[in-house]
Amino acid sequence: MHEYSIVQALIERVEAEARARHATSVHRLSVRIGDLSGVDVGLLATAFTTFCERTICERADLELHSVPARWECPACGREVGSGAMLRCAECGVPARLSTGDEIVLDRIEMEVS
Amino acid sequence: MCDTCGCGDPELVAVDVHERILAGNDRTAAHNREHFRERGVVAINLMGSPGAGKTAVLEATARRLDGRRLGALAGDLATDHDAARLQAAGIVAKSITTGSACHLDAAMVHRALHDFPWRELDYLFVENVGNLVCPAVYDLGQAVNVVALAVTEGEDKPLKYPVMFRKADLVLVTKIDLLPHLPHVRVERIAEALARVMPQALCLPFSALTGEGLQGWLAWLAKVLPSQTSQDRAPTAPALAGNRLEPGVVQQ
Repeated sequence: MHEYSIVQALIERVEAEARARHATSVHRLSVRIGDLSGVDVGLLATAFTTFCERTICERADLELHSVPARWECPACGREVGSGAMLRCAECGVPARLSTGDEIVLDRIEMEVS
Repeated sequence: MCDTCGCGDPELVAVDVHERILAGNDRTAAHNREHFRERGVVAINLMGSPGAGKTAVLEATARRLDGRRLGALAGDLATDHDAARLQAAGIVAKSITTGSACHLDAAMVHRALHDFPWRELDYLFVENVGNLVCPAVYDLGQAVNVVALAVTEGEDKPLKYPVMFRKADLVLVTKIDLLPHLPHVRVERIAEALARVMPQALCLPFSALTGEGLQGWLAWLAKVLPSQTSQDRAPTAPALAGNRLEPGVVQQ
């Protein structure tokens, strides 16, 4: 359940930003989670509900955007399907993950006084 | 308050951050990595399920790795049994007791270094908490990731835990001495599953009991020493390219 430690890091980051801008509350957080990041979106949402109590995020909506895993050939850019051999059928080189390992805080919407 | 129109409503501000949530851990990991690089210490994050044979791999390594100084930090939820076993095998070892935490993070490793003679080592193994999920998410500052996967875990384990195996630079397929008792398990099929989740799939069949595969493992360890790798060892050094596993093929 590392989702709890990720939520703690998220709330600390948001609190620091809110302090710097003298925010009184946080309305919305926008977070991107890749399918191959090792983070479960459902567990993250549950962990957030638990940990946001009595923090500046208490009434914030957590907007979670899943990012599908996409593998491609670093040489020719051809897509390599998930679940296939991770090697370009044309070039023979190992595929590279172009999207899908994100654990990213994109945006905070906060109320300032 | 909104003082543009004087309506008295609070002002909403949107702040674009676009930063990894674990940026704090990443910074500590980069700090650890810099320490290791300065001292020429190869840090190896050794991961795998509980019971995959991680400690046994290190015990077998210590018996045969002549002339190289080995150290280990052993992550354990509740005991220091692993560290005691490693010390008995002649490895400078220390426990990191995580309590209920299911993984090690960069700060735990950094704290553990403070009273540990890591500067004198050639290899610092960080034996992570037995778990195929959480440890893959946290950078510790290691040069390479090694995952131990026992033949008893089943051929499709890599497909079930793609996040962990994607991060591996090498997979040690352990306990191959048990293969005669496992008629439905073939190492080739484990290798094939790995090639579907691990772009630069490299795996070595290994037995801590019989010593099979130990030569290949020691040769791999020799290749990741600083003098024989590029300055920045992440991702895996080009020196290893010759050992890459073709899909379905197992290195001997």
